[in-house]
Amino acid sequence: MATASLVVGGTQRKAKVRLGPLVERVLGYVILGLILIWFVANIFADPDRFLGSLLVGLQNGLLYALVALGYTMVYGIVELINFAHGDLFMLTTIIAAGLMVGLLGVGQLSAISILALLLALVVCMAAGGFINMSAEFLAYRRLRSAPKLAPLMTAVGISFIFRGIAQQDYINGSAQKNWPISWGGPQVEGVYIYKLVMVLAVTVPLLLLMTWIVARTKMGKAMRAVAQDQDGARLMGINVNGTISFVFGLGGALAGAAGVLYFLCQTQTYYDTGTQLGLIAFTAAVLGGIGNLTGAVVGGLAIGVVQALNEGAVYGLGSNWSQSVVFIILIILMVFKPEGIFGRPTTEKV
Amino acid sequence: MAATTHALHPDQGRRNLGRLAWPIGYVVVILFLFFLYQTILPSLVKPVSAPVLAWLPVATINECLMWAIMALGLNVVVGYAGLLDLGYVAFWALGGYTAGWLMAYPFNWTWDFHLFSPVRANAPGTHINFWLVCIVAGILCAILGLIIGAPTLRLRGDYLALVTLGFGEVITQFFRNSGNIAGHNVAGGDPGISSIDPIGTGPLGALGIAPKLLTNSAAGNIWKILVLGLLVGICIFISLRIREGRLGRAWLAIREDELAASMMGVPLVRVKLLAYAVGAFFGGIGGVANASGITTAVSPSGFDFGKSVLVLLMVVLGGMGNVWGVTIGAFLLSWLNSNGLKQIGVQIDAFTGGNLEATLPRYNYVILGLLLVLMMLFRREGLIPEGRTKALMQMPSRTEAESLGADSVEAEAETDALEHSDAAADARIAGSAAAMAGSGAGTSHGSSGARRKEES
Repeated sequence: MATASLVVGGTQRKAKVRLGPLVERVLGYVILGLILIWFVANIFADPDRFLGSLLVGLQNGLLYALVALGYTMVYGIVELINFAHGDLFMLTTIIAAGLMVGLLGVGQLSAISILALLLALVVCMAAGGFINMSAEFLAYRRLRSAPKLAPLMTAVGISFIFRGIAQQDYINGSAQKNWPISWGGPQVEGVYIYKLVMVLAVTVPLLLLMTWIVARTKMGKAMRAVAQDQDGARLMGINVNGTISFVFGLGGALAGAAGVLYFLCQTQTYYDTGTQLGLIAFTAAVLGGIGNLTGAVVGGLAIGVVQALNEGAVYGLGSNWSQSVVFIILIILMVFKPEGIFGRPTTEKV
Repeated sequence: MAATTHALHPDQGRRNLGRLAWPIGYVVVILFLFFLYQTILPSLVKPVSAPVLAWLPVATINECLMWAIMALGLNVVVGYAGLLDLGYVAFWALGGYTAGWLMAYPFNWTWDFHLFSPVRANAPGTHINFWLVCIVAGILCAILGLIIGAPTLRLRGDYLALVTLGFGEVITQFFRNSGNIAGHNVAGGDPGISSIDPIGTGPLGALGIAPKLLTNSAAGNIWKILVLGLLVGICIFISLRIREGRLGRAWLAIREDELAASMMGVPLVRVKLLAYAVGAFFGGIGGVANASGITTAVSPSGFDFGKSVLVLLMVVLGGMGNVWGVTIGAFLLSWLNSNGLKQIGVQIDAFTGGNLEATLPRYNYVILGLLLVLMMLFRREGLIPEGRTKALMQMPSRTEAESLGADSVEAEAETDALEHSDAAADARIAGSAAAMAGSGAGTSHGSSGARRKEES
């Protein structure tokens, strides 16, 4: 009897009509269309507020891009979601605060404080790079050939350590800490222009420098080679460990720069900043296609703008829901286009 | 019927006993804990009972039991099915809020409804029996689990972790903003819902054996050991039984190799969704147990990302996929988190005269993080690993050639280990070689080699 039913099942099975991909594509376009309609509706409802939100979005988006680059580079080279990256960023905001306000006594941004800003940038970038490299050296390096869950859990553990350190009273405490920095200068729709100029003046050269390093230098070539094939790179005489370490350092340095800028923009430090901003930045990296540097920047800007519109524009849910909006974008993206805007779909090899 | 067919097996009796061993042992442990606090400790002299109460207060035991429910639930998702879930706190929150909705007099509730509830009949608000709420919360959470699971079905590893994390954050934010959702107060917003009904004891309370309401008093806490212990026992039973069945084996198959499992005919969609649903069901029960039994209040600040990681840490520390390991991991970590660190601080203070009692608990994040990193570096498979997980975690995921490239030193050690692991085969080869040469016939190697030759 068992064999008979097997035969019947074998011959009478109908070919399935695959509705899935078609429905999926249509739904994807519908969602994209709705987002566009939302944009246009916001422009027509109140152009001034839209402009203000757009500027805020640009400013935040560039910061997200800096952090997202750290995620995307590390993922590109060792396929690890570095959960601790956001908390590394948070540590650098605290270092920046201590250095600029506590040590140098910066209260108002002026021509002289540009020197302080430069010093803070150098210190925080060095600190970020150093912390990230040491984390790689102490933990991730030993887990490179382990199953994927192990380094991921290690990253979560390291993020816990960073958060725990920041929570101590002599570092930052478990409450939000506001620092007395006041911004002056002209405003457009409530956005301080100097803030935006500062963010642009720091971020754009850094991004150009990054592109130059990856595309033109010997180290960049080594990075690309290691990302493609570690064994092949090693056989070609590339120092794989050194290259991976360098990538972690570079990502940490970018997070450090973002930390200084974020602190100056928000003038507050909080031990939980890392989780929130890190997740947003990671969403940005995924949006652009993880492992893709241009994608991270574009994704960061897109997330920044959407978030700012949601908070500031006429038709928005308000800042109470900004996390949710970002995550819903992430979830929708994961359903319809997991490879991101610039990424290529990957197929699993057996 | 079964007895007659299996009567020929000599170890039938032992197998039956083996099947009964854990429930009996478990009941004995829970009853021992109950009687320890109920009768034994009060009758002992203070120098004996005081340290026990200091190291292991009743409230901490209850918390440990509650966390064990959570860890067992996450174990189904992460340990059995291998789907990394970083947003498990969502189910805990929904379970807690279900208790808040159905077992309290919240904010603007105008619907008075009582159903087998231990509170007095004229109390305002909705009051439903603890056990019914457990089931309702479990089902609600299972539905939420399906909703969360559906879009993540085709994701793997890291992406899956991220999306579940996102869902966890969205749900926490929903409860944080729940004071005003489209103008309605759904769940009390930031302050949450307070004064949730305690667990009732029904007939036991009516007979005067137990207190009628298990509040956070000394007597209530002791009786809660039995209630929470029963819940944990049910969860352990379900976990163990599912693991043996068709579904459990399908989970293990997709955990080990999703592609191969689907080729062998495992329906990926159904099996994965069921993993989420079962895990979420446990999470919901854990949420009700927490809200009604431990805190008697729910507020969004308790449901942060750290809690998800804490539960995951319990699963990983105990040994993914092993029910007993996970239970013990939950006990260890929740004890450390609630009372252990403080007590260790107190003990060290007694020697050094410092103030670690207050300082050590403040470093709990750092300590938990360090623990996680060290576990991953030195004992990836957990304290009490499941045999299969152990093999999986110790095996490098890449092929030998790739791991050679990844780190030549590690690869060298690996090759060494591989060579040494087959020492028996080496000995055989050496023995047969010796036998071929015709010398050393007196040594054990030689004789075994000679016998082998005769066989062939």
